[in-house]
Amino acid sequence: MTEAEETALIARHTAVFERPLLERIRAGLIFAGVSLYLVFAWWLFGIGQVLSDGRWDIAGAYLADWVSYEVRPDVDFQGEALEVSFPRFSPLGENPDPDWLVTQKAMVESRAETQADVAGAAGGSTSDAGFLGALSAEPAPAPAGDAGFLGSLSGSAASSSSTGTAEPAATAPARSEAVVAADISFGGDTSVSIVPGLVTVTHAGETLLLDIVEDKSVTARGDLPEWASQRAPGAKVIARFGFAGRAEIEDDEVKLRRRFLGWENFVFDTRSPFWGLPASQVIGLIVWGERIQPERSNFALAFENVWNNADWQHGDVWTKLLQTIVMAFAGTVLASMLAFPLAFAAARNITPNRFVNQLMKRFFDFLRSVDMLIWALFFTRAFGPGPLAGISAIFFTDTGTFGKLYGEALENIDDKQREGVRSVGAAPASVQRFGVVPQVLPVFLSQSLYFWESNTRSATIIGAVGAGGIGLKLWEAMRTNQDWENVAYMVILILIVVFVFDAISSALRHRLIGMR
Amino acid sequence: MTATTHTTLLSEAGHAVERHWRELAGRRRLYTIGGLLFLMLAMGGSLWFANESNAGKFFDRLPYFFDFVGQLVPRDGWEIWRALFDLPSPYDDGSLKYNYPAGRIYLTETLYLPEYFYKMLETINIALVATLIGFGCGFVLCFLAASNITTRRWLRFFVRRFMEILRAFPEIVIAGFFLAVLTIGAVPAIIAVSIHTIGALGKMFFEVVENADMKAEEGLRAAGANWVERVWFSIVPQVMPNFLSYALLRLEINVRASTIIGAVGGGGIGEALRLSISRTHEAKTLAIILLLFCTIVAVDQLSAWLRARIVGKQAFEFGRGA
Repeated sequence: MTEAEETALIARHTAVFERPLLERIRAGLIFAGVSLYLVFAWWLFGIGQVLSDGRWDIAGAYLADWVSYEVRPDVDFQGEALEVSFPRFSPLGENPDPDWLVTQKAMVESRAETQADVAGAAGGSTSDAGFLGALSAEPAPAPAGDAGFLGSLSGSAASSSSTGTAEPAATAPARSEAVVAADISFGGDTSVSIVPGLVTVTHAGETLLLDIVEDKSVTARGDLPEWASQRAPGAKVIARFGFAGRAEIEDDEVKLRRRFLGWENFVFDTRSPFWGLPASQVIGLIVWGERIQPERSNFALAFENVWNNADWQHGDVWTKLLQTIVMAFAGTVLASMLAFPLAFAAARNITPNRFVNQLMKRFFDFLRSVDMLIWALFFTRAFGPGPLAGISAIFFTDTGTFGKLYGEALENIDDKQREGVRSVGAAPASVQRFGVVPQVLPVFLSQSLYFWESNTRSATIIGAVGAGGIGLKLWEAMRTNQDWENVAYMVILILIVVFVFDAISSALRHRLIGMR
Repeated sequence: MTATTHTTLLSEAGHAVERHWRELAGRRRLYTIGGLLFLMLAMGGSLWFANESNAGKFFDRLPYFFDFVGQLVPRDGWEIWRALFDLPSPYDDGSLKYNYPAGRIYLTETLYLPEYFYKMLETINIALVATLIGFGCGFVLCFLAASNITTRRWLRFFVRRFMEILRAFPEIVIAGFFLAVLTIGAVPAIIAVSIHTIGALGKMFFEVVENADMKAEEGLRAAGANWVERVWFSIVPQVMPNFLSYALLRLEINVRASTIIGAVGGGGIGEALRLSISRTHEAKTLAIILLLFCTIVAVDQLSAWLRARIVGKQAFEFGRGA
């Protein structure tokens, strides 16, 4: 292309090559404006500050809770012995004995009895003598690592802090079997082993030895590895093992958090007689097993146990989900039914009365513009929390929406059919029935179906402000910050419902108005 | 008209047609009646269930319904304006109910922004930021989901499912999660509304892109343009007006959504409304409702006007993807 040709081309297409300045820089201006606005919003809401103040470490734990659960045994130091305890509502049931927590038992004097014995023995002589006597007979059952510290402790006297080694040389030995060592495996090469006075933590190829002075201090031998932290010398040490859990080593106990993938006790809770049994055995019991409770069949019992599962509350969740579905369904149907006749009054070509048209249209606008939230709060006050409030809120909002939509559809109809029906002398009602309704009914139904599906989602949200249903349940579960697995369960149910309804509604819509 | 007259009037073929039509009409009537019966049963069951599981029963509560409406009447009409503009009230007894001036946000020494106007602006800004974020992300994602632009089937499938999940994931859960991690306030609401907006806008955008005219794209392809150039110079100019009009529709929806999210802890006017209704501060409640109503009408009108300017008098599928 020569230069002359190029000039000619540019001269011919000035609209393309020489656009006005405003048009050329418009995109840049809009982009700059939007960027400026976003910077303003960043400042207005203090987004940077909020994000940096966020407790992101907790966020990880919450997210992990969605798909996993923790078992939280505590190991208490009790002098020579250890005491392993689980919280009252442990996912492992009443008497947990998991295979990842191995304990060794040995004969140890129980502390309380020993002290009582010492006091009794000291009754006749001076307490000093009794104590010295005990000291002289000291080193018997203590582990090697503890000997020094025990000696120093008893040397510094204070009988209240006796670690149980007030050796009953003179008194009757009250020995009993107790846990003296606990090994907790966290999977892989991670483990925590606890003996009185010493905690050994192994993780990621490193071993951390922690000396415990009971009720006094926790001291690491050597430097702390990266995965362990301690606020102040002697304070508790927190060892984090990532997803597998964590261990808090304090001076009087070791708190263990062992995390497992999955939803614990999803079917039967720990109180159920079916709990912990393999599926085949449960089915066997239900089908041909002996009645566990004589007054009802095993199937009824199993169903009752599942339905009232204490952790998952299947019955309550499903009832609430049904409430939400009912809210969306009943609200949409009622709104469609009311909006249908009103839309005829609002359509200018059907009702040739400008005053009535405008009145209806403003009425629809009012219903629509008073937000669903306001209606929901309003009816929650009026009817009390529950699906009635939700139905009413959806009914009011959507009457406005449908009225507007239906009215627009009616104003766009083809007039020929009406004229045809009217020309054969049909009554006014018949004109509408046969001249108008067949044209608009598919459109009406498809719009109602569309809103049915989207109202299912709205019903979840307005539920949380008190209109009942799964929204409220979700909100309650989230408020506690502990039941994120229940939140996940409900979210999955909601997603399934929304997807199923979406599919049903679009299938019906396609049948009604044909493929678009 | 009986069957006998037909037999005499119609030929054999006409008779068959007539019989077929009757059959069809009968089946259709049966379906209609069956469908209506089913609908009535479902409605009856639904309403019964809703009434049973509600805290207050419908007919028990109905007489008290207007009591509640009566509770919303303030001591005098001017109270609403005083609450709206944070003017001192003659009934001020130091309680939260009448302490209108306490909420003033002072811009300068004397010029102030009334509390509810400030909160309304906060809510609008939440909606605006969320719409912008949703627009940006939806804009990027929609081209990857459109079958005429992206040929990799697995990528399209993945992006579409991703957007569906974003759209269907309950906003309340996202808001609740970020309320737990961050503080109570606007940021969780922005995140929740944005995530939903990305999914909703992305879905509409890719439907627009799939309906775009591909001639310009072919021209650019023939000239050797790469993927980004083809999309940017051939598709974007075509679809931009529709994108903008959908984004404006979405802005209307988001103003409502951010009000609702506000009521469950996201700050803004929604929270103020929930508090004032639950504390029966009637003047404040009415002031907020009035403000909210005017704002929503104004936003709807503005967006309708802008959309009419951008895409002309095209029919809008109102509320699509709400």
